[in-house]
Amino acid sequence: MFKNVYNWIDERLDITPLWRDVADHEVPEHVNPAHHFSAFVYCFGGLTFFITVIQILSGMFLTMYYVPDIINAYASVDFLQHQVAFGQIVRGMHHFGASLVIVMMFLHTLRVFFTGSYKAPREMNWVVGMLIFFIMLGLGFTGYLLPWDNKAYYATKVGVEIAASVPYIGSYIADFLYGGDIVGAQTLTRFFAIHVFFLPGALIAMLAAHFLMIRRQGISGPL
Amino acid sequence: MAHGHNSNEKVVYVGDTRVKKGKGFQTPPDYTSFPGKSEAFIPNFLLKEWMVGCVVLVGFLVWTIAEPPPLGYPADPTNAAFIPMPDWYFLFLYQFLKYPYVSQDYVLLGTMGIPAIMFGALLLAPFLDTGKERRFYRRPIASSLMLVTLAACVYLTVVSWDHYQHMLEKNGQIPEHHEREERVREAIEEGKPRPNFMKKAAAVIEPDDPAATIAQEAQCLGCHAADLSGSAGPALIGVGARLSKEEIAETITHGRNNGAMPAYEGQLSTEEIDQLATWLSKQTQE
Repeated sequence: MFKNVYNWIDERLDITPLWRDVADHEVPEHVNPAHHFSAFVYCFGGLTFFITVIQILSGMFLTMYYVPDIINAYASVDFLQHQVAFGQIVRGMHHFGASLVIVMMFLHTLRVFFTGSYKAPREMNWVVGMLIFFIMLGLGFTGYLLPWDNKAYYATKVGVEIAASVPYIGSYIADFLYGGDIVGAQTLTRFFAIHVFFLPGALIAMLAAHFLMIRRQGISGPL
Repeated sequence: MAHGHNSNEKVVYVGDTRVKKGKGFQTPPDYTSFPGKSEAFIPNFLLKEWMVGCVVLVGFLVWTIAEPPPLGYPADPTNAAFIPMPDWYFLFLYQFLKYPYVSQDYVLLGTMGIPAIMFGALLLAPFLDTGKERRFYRRPIASSLMLVTLAACVYLTVVSWDHYQHMLEKNGQIPEHHEREERVREAIEEGKPRPNFMKKAAAVIEPDDPAATIAQEAQCLGCHAADLSGSAGPALIGVGARLSKEEIAETITHGRNNGAMPAYEGQLSTEEIDQLATWLSKQTQE
């Protein structure tokens, strides 16, 4: 049944080469922890992606209840955490997953650095990886404001004040992030939009580029 | 195929396009060129990877069930006592900006100078470290720079966290999300409904009492706010439910928290303190 449907589509669109190109490659011995346990350091990139997928999924479920305005934001987070079935788990996965992503990404970056895998011809992939790193930090910063409790409010205030101390463009950055003169209603909706639409969009594009480059160039050889 | 892969043709195109096949691309090594036992990504390797992924996921779920994600009190822009704290992975930068020569007059160096150099160097690492050598112990400059930076980041994070703990202790505060969790737990244990933290503070009881004038003249309201909802000092709404009249009088007379709440002995007469304490002990709002 499935095979017939697949064949029907494949006859028309020739989709086999698309996924076979991704799926059909070999994992060399030097990165396989089944052969050398120390090769577990090569797993951090995959784990980062795994946690990122968890972040995207849990975030999608959170937006079913979260309300990005200053009157209801806190109450909606309180409600989804304490009244909604499994709400604590979903918010917990998103909250702690944010830290876990940073940890995994950090370890992945260190692995790539210390194995010299960023060297020619993989320079571009390193640069894209660093851009992913900055996007992740941006996601952490914007997401921190959304529960709208005191910790969120004052961390954002201090963060934007630091950004505002940059000469010439500082005041523009602060205006852009605040959407006014203080952390307020506009700031919350902006941070929500940046956190939920702009940065994830950029992140997915960068991840696609990251993975495409890995497939194109292959994994770096043993040291 | 009009343009097949006939090597006799002068120009070779890619597929059915007009894109000329280039010569420059460095084809990655074939896996037969790797020594040892390689295995297929799908399904062999991916199955094992998924098993590890499942273990990680279960561990993560157990963690989120055991540890509720923190939530403090609703944002209050007038709260002057709150200690701002970014998430842990920004602490190194937050602490760094507290040092002289990277703050105040030199803040430019702190926000732009050094972080821009560090992050810029990280971003452009492949163009700075262009040697062919990949082993870290054969690249002493790159490796030691990274190790020193790592050590510095860890140090700054630890110092920042210690400072925060110290500030909490000094101010006699506990983090709001702990306090909130504790209050909810107590309410539930006593069989009361979950407290609603969004509720506006209750109104002052007997605002026309002569003691209210004393409170204003003695500058109590500077810290405790005109509606007694608290700002630098704690809220006095509901203080009568927590403390007895004698305890309130004792606090006014001798102060608290190393003078954070000053002693009014001598500034106010015993009768005035008694009047104030009587009035405050009536503030038994929930």
